[in-house]
Amino acid sequence: MPESVTNNRRNGYYFSSRRVGAMVLRYFYLLRGSIPRIVELAYWPTMQMMIWGFMSQFLAQHSEWFMQAGGILIAAVLLWDVMFRSNIGVSISFLEEMWSRNLGQLFASPLRPYEWAASLLAISAIRTLIGVVPAALLAIPLYHYSIFEMGLPLIAFFVNLLVFGAAVGLAVSGLVLRCGLGAESLAWAVIFAVAPLSGIYYPISTLPDWLQPVAYSLPSAHVFEGMRAAAIDGLFLQDRFVWAVSLNVVYLALGLGVFLLAFRGARHRGQLLQMGE
Amino acid sequence: MPGLAIKVENLAKTFGDVVAVDALNFDVRVGEIAGLLGGNGAGKTTTISMILGLLIPTSGSLKVLGTDMLRHRYRVLPRINFSSPYVDLPKRLTSRENLMVYSKLYGIPDPARRLAALADDLDIDALLDRPFGELSSGQKTRVSLAKSLLNEPDLLLLDEPTASLDPDTADWIRTYLKTYQQQHGATILLASHNMAEVERLCDDVLMMKQGKVVDRDSPAGLLTKYGRANLEDVFLDIARGRNSEQTTEGVS
Repeated sequence: MPESVTNNRRNGYYFSSRRVGAMVLRYFYLLRGSIPRIVELAYWPTMQMMIWGFMSQFLAQHSEWFMQAGGILIAAVLLWDVMFRSNIGVSISFLEEMWSRNLGQLFASPLRPYEWAASLLAISAIRTLIGVVPAALLAIPLYHYSIFEMGLPLIAFFVNLLVFGAAVGLAVSGLVLRCGLGAESLAWAVIFAVAPLSGIYYPISTLPDWLQPVAYSLPSAHVFEGMRAAAIDGLFLQDRFVWAVSLNVVYLALGLGVFLLAFRGARHRGQLLQMGE
Repeated sequence: MPGLAIKVENLAKTFGDVVAVDALNFDVRVGEIAGLLGGNGAGKTTTISMILGLLIPTSGSLKVLGTDMLRHRYRVLPRINFSSPYVDLPKRLTSRENLMVYSKLYGIPDPARRLAALADDLDIDALLDRPFGELSSGQKTRVSLAKSLLNEPDLLLLDEPTASLDPDTADWIRTYLKTYQQQHGATILLASHNMAEVERLCDDVLMMKQGKVVDRDSPAGLLTKYGRANLEDVFLDIARGRNSEQTTEGVS
């Protein structure tokens, strides 16, 4: 093997988990430094879960279907929060660098943009777990519903929604990098455009016929259909799972592509040194 | 004879119709301290950004420590570093946390030890556990300088290294930089508006105007060439379009 190649590998020329770890540490420090931030991560999912938990109890008293499908709304809101938190976890961590005018320092170091993207995905997963797990645990004593009873399918749903939310987050981060901080509200807004088509609280068959293929082009639609099958019938729909994974591969590649393209554009326009509050 | 730390050939950068750097040519020898002088908009920051790989040039070539920066910048980035008062570190992290993160990004083998040594050298021990955003601008400059020295760079790029510092601290920093350069054989390229600083530190001064190097010499050489007593007057001559022949005629 040529010496230059071995040197490159030794120096982590292509990909360095150490540098990814350094960036995860940076976001961990940020989180650790603020108790209100940690509390806030769990606060909104918990409030959402409580509202939908009481709603479920009310509907169960007046609808036989809801009585049989006990907890389905709680499962839906918790899984929606996985996707939302994952998305916002990427976007907010990305925005932190812009707000703190740190991009110039970061990319004058050996950090590669795709390593940064990997660290955004990792911290987003951590933030999502901190946000959603307490809400899921609280649902057990409050509503006698445990989402964990879904077992292994829950892991499949969780990972798919996590990846999809993060893919959208990467693409949105790329757009903000391209358009500047004036477009930062996209970080919160874009994921909501996906929500009506994902069939979070209703089956995709509820949507107009022409809209259903659009919905099924989203991994989230397959996940929520699968979630309903698992919660109501105790079935794991393998075809839905395969669709969700396959679409996620495409969306993650697209999200990463938009992000890296925007990063290269920022290097052309000289934005890495200029962007900030 | 030492090689070249920086070699810039026909480097140009345009933003739409605006020419920020125009067919720039210069080199900096290994172990030299070179100063980049010029008024606002002369192209100093654009040039430094391109040397760091933060900005892609429109045309031209750029070699840093013998490596083509436009094709293989990741080979050389671990050996260079920079500091600028206009580029922050994350404000909510403490100085120690910031320096720890950058130590890991640069792959420093024993970060805690390196941090302790730099804290001692730059007298920032008392600042380490305070959030970076709560420091005064002078303190921030010192912590940023510590960050720029974490990897003991062979090439250090400094933008206004003593901006916001009181005269005593600024003088101390200049001495420290000079010592660092001598001990490590490092190359330093600094952009500054502080003429006294440039006169004291630099072996070579590149005067920039409208994206080009319009003159270049040692500080003493420039003073002789323009017949001036200090670099500030040389700077004004160049900024106001008076060349060395005109000014020496005026003096005689």
